[in-house]
Amino acid sequence: MLSDSTHSNPLFAIWKKGTRFLQKDFQTNLGGFFTLSLAVAVLCLVILLPLSFLFIKSFQDQDGLFIGWFNFAEYFSLLDEQGNFIGLLEGLRSFPDSAVAVSLGNSLQISLISAVLVTSLALLYAYGLSRTNIPFKGAWKVVAQIPILAPSLLPAISLFYLFGNQGILKGLLMGESIYGPIGIVLGEVIWTFPHALMILLTGLSLSDARLYEAAESMKVSKMKIFFTVTLPGMKYPLISTFFVVFTLVITDFGIPKVIGGDYSVLATDIYKQVVGQQNFQVGSVIGLILLFPALLSFYVDRRIQRKQVALVTAKSVVYKSKKNPKLDAIFLVINGLIASAILSILFMAAFASLIEFWPYNLSLTLSNYDFDQMDGGSWEAFRNSLEMAGWTALFGTPLIFSFAYLSQKMVGFRRTKNLIHLLSMIPLAVPGMVLGLAYVFFFNHPDNPLNFLYDGMTILVLCTIVHFYTVSHLTAVTALKQIDSEFEAVSASLKVTQLVTFFRVTVPICLPVILDISVYLFMNAMTTVSAVIFLYSSDTTLASIAVLNMDDAGDTAPAAAMAMMILMTSACVRLLHLVITRKMIARTQSWRK
Amino acid sequence: MKTKRYFSKIRTLGKALLLSSLLSLSMSGGLLAKTNLLVYTAVEADELRLFKKSFEKKHSDISIKWVRDSTGIITAKLLAEKRKPRADMVWGLAATSLLMLAQEDYFQGYAPKGVQKLVPNFYDRKHATPQWVGQRVWIGSICVNTILAKQYQLPTPMRWSDLLNPIYKGHVVMPNPNSSGTGFLDVSAWIQMWGEENAWNYMEGLHKNIAHYTHSGSKPCKLAGAGEFAIGISFAKRGANMISKGAPIKVIAPEEGVGWDLEAFAIVKNTKKLAAAKKFADWSVSREANVLYNREYAKVAYPGVAKPVANFPNRIVARMIDNDFEFAGNHRKQILKKWASKFSSKKTK
Repeated sequence: MLSDSTHSNPLFAIWKKGTRFLQKDFQTNLGGFFTLSLAVAVLCLVILLPLSFLFIKSFQDQDGLFIGWFNFAEYFSLLDEQGNFIGLLEGLRSFPDSAVAVSLGNSLQISLISAVLVTSLALLYAYGLSRTNIPFKGAWKVVAQIPILAPSLLPAISLFYLFGNQGILKGLLMGESIYGPIGIVLGEVIWTFPHALMILLTGLSLSDARLYEAAESMKVSKMKIFFTVTLPGMKYPLISTFFVVFTLVITDFGIPKVIGGDYSVLATDIYKQVVGQQNFQVGSVIGLILLFPALLSFYVDRRIQRKQVALVTAKSVVYKSKKNPKLDAIFLVINGLIASAILSILFMAAFASLIEFWPYNLSLTLSNYDFDQMDGGSWEAFRNSLEMAGWTALFGTPLIFSFAYLSQKMVGFRRTKNLIHLLSMIPLAVPGMVLGLAYVFFFNHPDNPLNFLYDGMTILVLCTIVHFYTVSHLTAVTALKQIDSEFEAVSASLKVTQLVTFFRVTVPICLPVILDISVYLFMNAMTTVSAVIFLYSSDTTLASIAVLNMDDAGDTAPAAAMAMMILMTSACVRLLHLVITRKMIARTQSWRK
Repeated sequence: MKTKRYFSKIRTLGKALLLSSLLSLSMSGGLLAKTNLLVYTAVEADELRLFKKSFEKKHSDISIKWVRDSTGIITAKLLAEKRKPRADMVWGLAATSLLMLAQEDYFQGYAPKGVQKLVPNFYDRKHATPQWVGQRVWIGSICVNTILAKQYQLPTPMRWSDLLNPIYKGHVVMPNPNSSGTGFLDVSAWIQMWGEENAWNYMEGLHKNIAHYTHSGSKPCKLAGAGEFAIGISFAKRGANMISKGAPIKVIAPEEGVGWDLEAFAIVKNTKKLAAAKKFADWSVSREANVLYNREYAKVAYPGVAKPVANFPNRIVARMIDNDFEFAGNHRKQILKKWASKFSSKKTK
C-alpha cells in the first residue's frame, strides 16, 4: 500500500523519470559520472554563476540591498534631481534627449554601417581569392590576417596619424573630423575584416561547381550568375558574417575610446560608469543591454549552422575557377586596394612609433619604446602580458580540450554531455567587458569561498580562458568528431581504461589541433583589452591596457610603440606555429595519407 | 642513570627548541624587514619613481607600492572602497578630493613632524590634528600652439572670456572634470570667481567651441603641442614640459585668475601600516621632499624653497585665485553631476 502511494506521487514519477538515464549509466561507469559532474560544476562556476551575479547586481545598490529597477531608472534618466521616479510617461517623452538614447542610437548606427561595409568588402576580397586566378593569393591572405595580431587600439591610433588634424591624408576627409563616427567606422572595418574574411572564405569554398556549369551551359552572363547562384548560396555565411561583425563592433570599446572624441557609445558608457565613476551597478545595467545584440547574433548563427549542412553533398564537385583575364584584373585592383589600406594602417603605426616628436620633429628614434619613462606604460606591462598569455595557453588548452573530449567521447550520459556542450557555447555570446564585470562581482565577493582566485594574474588568466572558450572548444570538437569512436570501444574490449586511450590515442592524433588552440589562446590573450579592463591591478598591468592608458595621457607615440610590440609578438608566435605544425604533421601525421 | 639520560635528552630537546625558535625569529625578522605601503596617487609616473627612490633611500625598511590613476578615478576608487579601504595612504591627490573624503571619516588625523613650518593655509587646520596636508600647488593654464594659431589666424587668448569668441570653434580641447582633477579646478575656479549662474553660462558658451573633452588633464596640452588642436585647457607644468620638449606652444595664465588645487596626502583610517605611513608623512613635509616637489612645480608648501621653474607663465602665481577648498570640496559631487548632465552627451551641442 505504502509503496503504491509513493509511486503514484507525481513528483516521485518526475524524479524517477529524470534520473532514469542517470541510474543506468551511473551503475556502469561511476568514474565517468564523477568526471562529467566535475566538468559541469567547473563550467557553472566560471560561466553561469558569475553571469547570474551580474544580473542580480543590476537590481542592487552599492551595499548589496535590493532596490528593484532603480539602477535601470538611473541609466535611462527616469529620475529627477532628488532621485525620485518621474513616471514612465514622462520618461518616454524625455527619452529621445537622454544620454542613453544618444549612446544607443550611436552604437546601433556605427555597428550597422561597419557590418554592411565589412561584409561587402570581405565578400569582394574572398571572391577574388577563391573564384578568380589573381596572382599572389598567399600574400593576400597573409596581409588580411594582420589586424587580428594587434589590439583594436592599433588601427585607431594609426587613424589619428593618418587622418587627424596633422594627418598625412587629412585631405581625403574633405573637412570632416576623424574624431567621431567616421573614425570609429574606419577603425572597426579594418579590425573586423579578418574575422569576416574567414567566414566568407569558408562559405565560398562550400559551393557546388555543377550549378555553375549548368548556368554557363545555359549561357547566363557572369553578372547574373553572381546574383542568382553565388549570392543565394552565400546567404547564410553572409548573414553570419553580418551578425558577427555587428556584435564585435557594438561591444568593442577600444576604437571609440581612442578615436571617438565625444561620440558616446554603449561600450564606452560602461567603461565610464565602472572605471570613471566606480558605479558598478549602472555598469551592470549597460552590460545586460550589451548582452542582447550578442545573444541575437549567437541565436542567428546557431540557426544558420543547422541549415548550412545540406549545401554540399557527396555528389558535389569542387569549384575550379576558369581563366578570365578581365575579371582577374578587376579583382587584382580590388584586393590590392583593400590590402594596401590594411598595410598603410600597419606602416603608419610602425612609423609613428619611431618618430621623435610628431609632427614637428620627424627624426627617427627608439625613445618611444622606453616605456618605463611613460605615464601608464612600462616594460613590466609587456612582460606581464607574455606571462598572462603563457599561462592562458598552458592551462586553457588542456582544460578546454579535455572538457571537449568528455562532451564527445564518454560512453553514455547523453544529457550531461549535451549540457557540457551547451555551457561551452555560452562564452561566445558574452562580450568581454560584461564577462569581466561579472567576474568582479562573483570572484571579488567577500563571502565567496573562491575569492582567493581574485588575485592578480590568476583572475586575468581565468577570465581570458573563459572569454575565448567557445571557439577553442568548437575547434577541439571538430577534431574529435573526426576520430572514430571505435577506438574507445576497442580499448574497452581490450580492458584498457578510457584514460589510457585518451593519452595514447586521442591526444597524439589531435596534437596539431591542440597546438592550434594554444596559439589561438596565446594570441588573443596578448591582444584582448575588453576582457581584462576591469580586472587588472597595479601589479598586473598588461601591454594592451598600457596602450590604452598611454593614449589616454596623450602619449600617442609610445602607445603606438606598445601596440607594435604586441603585433610583433603575435606575428612571431604565429610564424613559429606554422613552422612547428609543418614539422609535426610531417613527423606524426603521416598515417593520415 | 636513567634519569640522567632523561635529563640530557630534555636538554638537547631544549637546545633544539631554542635554536629553532631563534631561527624562525630571525627568519620572520627577515620577512618583516620590508613594510609594503600601498599608496594611491594621481602624481604622474615619471615623478613617482623619483619620490619612491628618495624616500626608500632613507627608510630601507619601507617599500612604496603606487596605485596611480587620474584624480577622478582615484577619488571614485577610494569612495567605492569606503567600507573596506585597501589603501594605507593617499598621496599627491587633489585637496578638494581629500576634503570630501575627510568628511566621510576616511582618514586618520596626524600632524607630521615639522608640519607647522608649512604655509598655514596649505594644510587642514579645521581639525585638532590635520586630516590632510598639502604638498604643492598645481595651476590651471591654457596651452596655445603658436604655429596653428598663425595658420588659422587665431588671436592669443589672454582672458577666459576670449575663448567664447566663435573664431575658436572646434579649436579648443578641455579635460572632462569628472575624470580629471585639472578639469575640475577650472570649473571650480570659474564658479568661485563669477558665481554659479555666470559660470554655467560661460561653460555653455565655451561648450560650443570645444572640439572634444579628454579623459586626462595632460592630454589637451599634449594635443596642442602636437598641433592636433590649437588650444588646450590644461595645467602649467604640462605646458612647461612640452616647451622643454620642443613643442611650439605658449602657456597662458588668463588675466581673470587661474584655478589651482593642492596636491596633498592623508593617512587612511585603521591602516595596519600606521608606523610606516607616519614615516612617509614626516618625510613628505620635509625640506628635502619639498625641494623635489619644486623640480616641476612652481609653488610648494615649504616656504622659501621654491625656485622659479623654467617656462612657467610670468605672473601665474599672482593670478592664482583665492581658492576656497571648503567650498570646492563640499560641492564637488554636485558640480560634477550637473556638468555631466549638461555636457557629457553629444546631443546637447
